[in-house]
Amino acid sequence: MATSLIELKNVTKIFGGKKNYTVALDDMSLALSENFPRIVTVAGESGSGKTTMGMLLLGFYSPTFGQVFYRGQDLRELTWTGMMDYRRNIQAVFQDPFAVYNPFYKVDNLLSIPIKNFKLASSGAEARSMMEEALTSVGLRPEETLGRFPHQLSGGQRQRIAVARALLLKPKLLIADEPVSMVDASLRSTILKSLRALNQDYGIPIFYITHDLTTAYHVSDYIMILYHGSVMEVGNVDKIIRDPQHPYTQLLVKSIPWPDPNMAWGDADDIINKSKVAFVKTTGCKFLPRCPRAHDICQTQPPALFAKDSDRAVACYLFKDAPVVPREELGTLFREAV
Amino acid sequence: MGKTKGFLSYVRRNPALGWGFGILLALFLFTTVGQLFVVRENAYPLKVPVNKPPSAQYPFGTDSQGKDLLAGMVVGTGMTLSIGMIAGVIGLGVGTILGFTSGYYGGIFDTVVKFIVDVLMTIPSYLLLLLIATTVTDPGSMKTVEMALILSIVSWVGPTRTIRSQVLSMKERAFVMMAKLSGMSGIEIILKEMMPNLMPYLAISLAGAVSGGVMGSLGLEALGIGNRREPTLGMMIYWVRYYGAFLRGMWWWILEPVIAIALVFIAFLLISIGLDEVANPRVRRKV
Amino acid sequence: MTEALLQIKDLRVYYHVDAGAVRAVDGVSFNLEAGIKLGLVGESGSGKSTMALALMRMIKAPGKIESGQMILDGVDLLQLSEEKMRQTKLMKLSMIPQGAMNSLNPVMRIDKQMMDGLEDHNSLLSKEELTARIQELLTAVDLDPKVAKMYPHELSGGMKQRVCVAMAISMEPDLIIADEPTSALDVVIQRQVMAMINRLQEKLGLALILIGHDMGLMAQSVDRLAVMYAGRMMEIADTKVIFGNPLHPYTQLLISSLPVLENKGVFSGIPGVTPSLLTPPPGCVFHTRCPKARDVCRERIPVFTEVETGRWVACHLITA
Repeated sequence: MATSLIELKNVTKIFGGKKNYTVALDDMSLALSENFPRIVTVAGESGSGKTTMGMLLLGFYSPTFGQVFYRGQDLRELTWTGMMDYRRNIQAVFQDPFAVYNPFYKVDNLLSIPIKNFKLASSGAEARSMMEEALTSVGLRPEETLGRFPHQLSGGQRQRIAVARALLLKPKLLIADEPVSMVDASLRSTILKSLRALNQDYGIPIFYITHDLTTAYHVSDYIMILYHGSVMEVGNVDKIIRDPQHPYTQLLVKSIPWPDPNMAWGDADDIINKSKVAFVKTTGCKFLPRCPRAHDICQTQPPALFAKDSDRAVACYLFKDAPVVPREELGTLFREAV
Repeated sequence: MGKTKGFLSYVRRNPALGWGFGILLALFLFTTVGQLFVVRENAYPLKVPVNKPPSAQYPFGTDSQGKDLLAGMVVGTGMTLSIGMIAGVIGLGVGTILGFTSGYYGGIFDTVVKFIVDVLMTIPSYLLLLLIATTVTDPGSMKTVEMALILSIVSWVGPTRTIRSQVLSMKERAFVMMAKLSGMSGIEIILKEMMPNLMPYLAISLAGAVSGGVMGSLGLEALGIGNRREPTLGMMIYWVRYYGAFLRGMWWWILEPVIAIALVFIAFLLISIGLDEVANPRVRRKV
Repeated sequence: MTEALLQIKDLRVYYHVDAGAVRAVDGVSFNLEAGIKLGLVGESGSGKSTMALALMRMIKAPGKIESGQMILDGVDLLQLSEEKMRQTKLMKLSMIPQGAMNSLNPVMRIDKQMMDGLEDHNSLLSKEELTARIQELLTAVDLDPKVAKMYPHELSGGMKQRVCVAMAISMEPDLIIADEPTSALDVVIQRQVMAMINRLQEKLGLALILIGHDMGLMAQSVDRLAVMYAGRMMEIADTKVIFGNPLHPYTQLLISSLPVLENKGVFSGIPGVTPSLLTPPPGCVFHTRCPKARDVCRERIPVFTEVETGRWVACHLITA
């Protein structure tokens, strides 16, 4: 089996001191290959660990336990050339369309600096034409965007430039952390379309981090649902959203505010108030305090991933008779449907 | 030209900065252009009749050592300001280097720097300066450079602390992450991404370090530590006390350095307030 | 026919900057009946947040309410003195602000903060009565009464927002304005908080103005929906009517750009950018992006007209 592009191996990330600590990510193992041109979503609410996963993959956080490997090498042991290769090939689009720009410089910098550092163009003219092409392909007009400062453009324009940057760099993997949550509704579709194009036309795998299941459904192929740092359900996105099996996923899907008054939420009596169970710690399944279908076995230890279908697994004792998917083989669920 | 216009229109909206710079400019002109109108040597002892109140011939009067106080003030103000500037610039320089490297790279280096800064912040700098000044050189005939260097020993602490904490928070911002993803090295990020955004803080630190340097020099000189021959503002205070100017009613000799010192500190205070508005847009009163 | 609880007539709020006047709210009119939930939806720059502040008379310089009337229960709020307006707040009209994290005083216990508002309006109540009232309010928003003795930083986002709701209903006002009350909350907590607000609204018979940008949330939460764009109101109607048959081109495009289960893989947005509010385009403010724009749209501002009972649109194509 070929070495994966980037791999988290039994990574746990803990924040905080000795007394008041939070386990942001709990023993996560995931391998992403550059030859897997699909969009994988990692979804969850705040505190689920999804952003932490993104930061670990980008090397901005160091794992408390476990290792992160780039092309087989531990990130902490990369040489300068190895580091440049890593940076070249793994790129990101972040949530805040304003924060990624240094207010001091023109927006061109976002595109021109990586071209220069990664030697993507042999001349200034070539660089310029690359930038213009990337901007047009996300629906922007170069003459209206280049040469401007970030505060002179709208949030939507700035975010599209960030996506254009990804198009220009054509990395081996793109990590998109809530790329449309701070963008107006009318523009979300355009940006998601560009991301989808990046994936389908150029074969670039995308790791999409979000709390919004509707956009996840629309743009991705596979999804992992995280809760308090652990995977609850993982697999094919159509199946999981249309027919969620894990009680947590069911809760999430039921709470999606569909823009259709006929698909009403219903009352919220079935939801166990999170604030009432906020301080309960469990040794078993993490979702236990809020689970409407918990039983005794759930308290013993966290459930393993049970493969309910060939392309979906659920970490829930309701499915304990199904074959277990070892954590390290999480990636095998992202298999192409033959 | 556009930049000057832009600066001036900004200054109109930020009166503190305007007035602060204005006062400094006036003092600067006083000490430079003023030299054309005085005889420099008269700023030193035994040049003119002693103890004369202000008159047409000696607009600022004379002191008990036979110095023409107008010449003295013209020369001395400049000297005090230069000592402050040198100490301030060195302090800022060291503070910038230490603040950026320890804040950005972290690790053991940062722990050490932070510890030293914290310790030095708690020790009263004045005592430290006294200790060093009296042991290292001959307290009565220090050279200007020596004074500035001694002051630098404490002037770097404030800037380091300010810059380090700004760097720590800026390090987490998305544009720094983006810069890393674009292949920029640590030094490039410090110089090209962070420093331009921290200019207001560097300026504030400089203002603080310079005024701190002036304060330090006054404190030492008032006790006679420094070069007793030179007419620096601090030395004037020393001689005022030595010769009992209060008891002898020599009001001009007392007022002149006090007013000058007050103007210097008011100027720096206003500049700091003005710069604070630049650094902290929320403080701005007008849009 | 009884008069509406709230009548907004031709409200204009401009921000005066060096370059001129930014027309954040530019001639908005609508009515709200008692006990009805109205959603005010718009994207960034639509003016909805400015509307929220204007209703509470919390617009600060350089913003200014240029003209218009805000009539609540027969009284024009804009004509009231500062003192009378202060009394009106909380008793007749209150607000649940956006970002609960920022609106609670971090160094005061919850009960003290809630008491401040209550004491101000109800100086006759004794300490025991106030404490009891606070317990009552906390329970009403599904919070454990123990929360009263806690500090804001000890609470989660959802809990803090519930405290804000409790404060808003404490004097049982006639109208509550909720400005993006759930935008910082997770989707499950959002549903719970909205269900709780719904329940309280029905029980106390309050009118509610829910301001936000999430059409999905609006579809689930409000009886009537008003769509704003670039400082003006485009359409207002019952929620089911608007979603079922949107009349204004902007509303149509907005609704069709929303992802639903059925249209996976279909991405359609609204091309173009929102116009500058400093120099808005002449005529209909949406004409620059409208696929159905005609000459008249460029020349004359469409009048906000009632085309069916309870349904108002500002569009030449409809009102012609």
